[in-house]
Amino acid sequence: MVPPLAGLGSIKKAVMLVILTPWTYQWIANLHAGVASVFVGDTASYNPYMPDYEPVIGLEVHAQLRTRSKMFCSCPADYQAAPPNTRVCPVCLGLPGTLPVINREAIRSIIMTGLALHCEIAQETKFDRKNYAYPDLMKGYQISQYDLPICHDGYLEIDVDGERRRIGIERVHMEEDVAKLFHRTDPATGEGYSLVDVNRSGVPLMEMVGRPDLRSAEEARAYLIAYRSILQYLGVSTGSMEEGSFRCDANVSLRLRGASALGTKVEVKNMNSFRAVYRAILFEIERQSAKLDRGERISMETRGWVEEKGITVSLRSKEEANDYRYFPEPDLPPLHVEPSWVAELEELLPELPEARRARFMAAEDAKGYGLSEYDASGLTDTPALADYFEEAVGAVREGHGGDEAPKRVANWMLSELASHLNAANAVIDDSPVRPGDLAGLLGLLAGGTVGTTQAKAALEAMYESGKPAAQVVEELGLAQVTDSGELTGAVRQAIAENPSAVADFLGGKETAAKFLVGQVMKATRGKANPGIVAELVAEQLGALKQ
Amino acid sequence: MAEDAHYMSVRRMSDALRARELSAVELADVHLRRIDAVDGSLGAYLARTPELAREQAAAADAVLAKGDGGPLMGVPMQLKDNMATRGVATTCASRMLETYVPPYDAAVTGALGQAGAVLLGKGNMDEYAMGSSSETSAFKPVHNPWDLERVPGGSSGGPAAAVAAGLAPYALGSDTGGSIRQPAALCGVVGLKPTYGLVSRYGLIAFASSLDQIGPLTRTVEDAALVLNAIAGHDARDSTSIEAPVADYTRGLEDGVRGLRVGVVSELFGEGIDPEVARVTREAIVQLETLGAIVDWDVSLPTSRAALAVYYVLAPSECSANLARYDGVKYGYADQGERSLMAALEATRRDGFGAEVKRRILMGTYALSAGYYDAYYKKAQQVRTLIRREFDEAFERLDVLVTPTSPTVAFKLGEIVDPIVMHANDVCTVPANVAGLPGISVPCGFVEALPVGMQLIGPHLSEATLLRTAHAYEQATGWHDVHPAL
Repeated sequence: MVPPLAGLGSIKKAVMLVILTPWTYQWIANLHAGVASVFVGDTASYNPYMPDYEPVIGLEVHAQLRTRSKMFCSCPADYQAAPPNTRVCPVCLGLPGTLPVINREAIRSIIMTGLALHCEIAQETKFDRKNYAYPDLMKGYQISQYDLPICHDGYLEIDVDGERRRIGIERVHMEEDVAKLFHRTDPATGEGYSLVDVNRSGVPLMEMVGRPDLRSAEEARAYLIAYRSILQYLGVSTGSMEEGSFRCDANVSLRLRGASALGTKVEVKNMNSFRAVYRAILFEIERQSAKLDRGERISMETRGWVEEKGITVSLRSKEEANDYRYFPEPDLPPLHVEPSWVAELEELLPELPEARRARFMAAEDAKGYGLSEYDASGLTDTPALADYFEEAVGAVREGHGGDEAPKRVANWMLSELASHLNAANAVIDDSPVRPGDLAGLLGLLAGGTVGTTQAKAALEAMYESGKPAAQVVEELGLAQVTDSGELTGAVRQAIAENPSAVADFLGGKETAAKFLVGQVMKATRGKANPGIVAELVAEQLGALKQ
Repeated sequence: MAEDAHYMSVRRMSDALRARELSAVELADVHLRRIDAVDGSLGAYLARTPELAREQAAAADAVLAKGDGGPLMGVPMQLKDNMATRGVATTCASRMLETYVPPYDAAVTGALGQAGAVLLGKGNMDEYAMGSSSETSAFKPVHNPWDLERVPGGSSGGPAAAVAAGLAPYALGSDTGGSIRQPAALCGVVGLKPTYGLVSRYGLIAFASSLDQIGPLTRTVEDAALVLNAIAGHDARDSTSIEAPVADYTRGLEDGVRGLRVGVVSELFGEGIDPEVARVTREAIVQLETLGAIVDWDVSLPTSRAALAVYYVLAPSECSANLARYDGVKYGYADQGERSLMAALEATRRDGFGAEVKRRILMGTYALSAGYYDAYYKKAQQVRTLIRREFDEAFERLDVLVTPTSPTVAFKLGEIVDPIVMHANDVCTVPANVAGLPGISVPCGFVEALPVGMQLIGPHLSEATLLRTAHAYEQATGWHDVHPAL
């Protein structure tokens, strides 16, 4: 239930209305009609790599900025966890008479993003009004940027299948987010209604428009991940597709391979994960290929990805497209960006994913970690992951030392720890196992206190309890038995209980010793140190030989 | 008291309050009684706020009793109904906002509150400030105190009529294309449109953002200076507000016009201007000459003729976006009959807006449409630049430009039905808005017992010069002492 707006005079029944009834149904009806009429790919012949056509893909990505306040007012921008309609003021509610004031922190963020994307930063820029009517738009227009974006003409480099490609960026501009609508049905009457939560209205939104340089769904995914990674390294956006702070639309068209003219493009929306972007583009390529194969034309339209069905459906055709009637925002004077400020911000740019990945791959004597490309890429995806790695390696080196600390930390992070995080749908910052804890565990492993099996069990317990490695190993009794006195008896017992194995060994079958080691491990339920057991078995069998 | 308290100037009232000749509460009551007695035939007020007025007056009396407070402390006033007043209905004289009560104060409301002003009520106006006669008010027309069958001008017709009739010693109006100066002229009071950006627009319900500006309507020039002192200055909430040093506009008021270089805009004394209005205005200029001003009787500003066309492209364009927020979803009028989103939105706007507002939204939407933008909006912006340049050049050799404020005296209610004829009423006043310049209208005589106003336009931030010139003329002539018989 969305509570009414508190303390705002006569604002009618808050921003909470029952007006969208048949319209909502209309939309749903269109959706279903669309489902019925779209091409549904035959999964058996699902081959996205049609040799005849070359996909041409461009992405438009909206990222919310992590500024303290909203784009044009002083309301806190941290609306995600806030109760509905509690992060609002007359300005972001668009009340009559209110005026926007530019958030300098947002401009700083977009300039840093532009610099990281090798963009030109405009010295003279301005805001424009984008006019359209919708209940999520408080003023009836969105303040955006039309012909003079703050950043333009940059690029981003991606690696796909060992090939490095430079993907152009047309522009990055600043705008404001809109309110959030919730479409509901009254269970009593069956009538549809909609609720408006204005918290999101006015949150700074940065739109990046990529050039149509992508040629596959895989490239599109890599590009999107690379872009998000840059935003996270800059600390300007959380980049969460699930939370909606990072949204992607894809323009997809096909052309005969070798052709230079572009085909008719289809805009795909409503993709809520990287996987959805990948799947939706694959689907579109297949759908358009099949249409072209049948000699049909592709119609210019906007389509929506339906996750549950794994298909795209038509939302609106080009003919229904809005005329946004852009014109310069008269409430905001043109924005002059001082080149000295841009230079200052360039100095402040942090190490970006590209550079960090290269450093992680560099040899250890070159202040790197000597990681493989695979490990380096995986560990530099987010700054948090890379920071965690570096901290853990540092802790390992300070603690028990040992060889190949980076490789060991990388392995444990990318396999065991990653599987716990994935299972909990968590990110590295959520991990109860902190870098020092992981280093502690690796220390116990290297020192022989635990074996690999026990270490995995220990990590699981550490993840669940948040306790340090030593404590978990102690509490769960995971430590290996290294006391040779205790093990000598177990070895003696194994030899006594397996005369045939002993006979085999004495008959020259060396592998029989391994069987006996296995028996001891089994008897000690895996807690014995296998190295010591092997030594004791060899010692006792040797004595029998003489 | 020998004189009528309701016709005292702001300065005189302020002095009387300070001397404890009367209390702020008594002064408020004088006005509230007069509003009750007279406004039935004038229609200058929409909401009246007697309880609030007495409360604010009592608070002012407490301050005055301690010998504190500035010149506006305890002096009553009216605000045009497009300025947000927290807790007091702010309707823009539109059905659309009939039930809207803002939860916040406009910058000027706050500034006057700080200065100790006493709010008598909200001024009637043309709907959303779109009009030149105050007839487009959705609730009732305003009548001219000099002739109740005639219009007071517009869109600030309520403020002008209220000040002229002694229903408030001063009022704040807004001026997008002449909406302070033209009604001031037609009602025989002083109206000042400051330089664009001098007074914060925060809380002024927007008509055309790049042209709107708030300013005072008063009975004397000195009063206009006193009110401007309270409302001028930079406001961080309005990004178009100028970061200029705050001046005391009453200083230098008595310095006279000797040596002042005055230019008479010849285009605005010929075709389309009533010859009698032109004659009376010329006589006023002769008076300025007599006072020592150096007058150039033939200054041509050919491009300024295009200002009206520029205005009627830019103002509707901006208004088409500014008024898009009135969709019946969040506040104000909402159609209850329709069941679908777009149908409800259309019905709300069809029934909530009056004809003139809809006309301008349509014109603006058309001008901004794909395929028309370059021919209309963009072209208008280019001509706007030329007009600014023309003024800049004129002000290289002149201090003040003079024109009639309005091409005619007040016309009768219902007399002008053709919107184009109505729009032409703004021909003398729009150039200042288009160029962002300050302009003042000062009473300069009568034609057939109806007031005529003289307009003075100066370069950016030349308010002090305009006030000094207008004051010299007013003191030499005394038109401000003539009041309508009501």
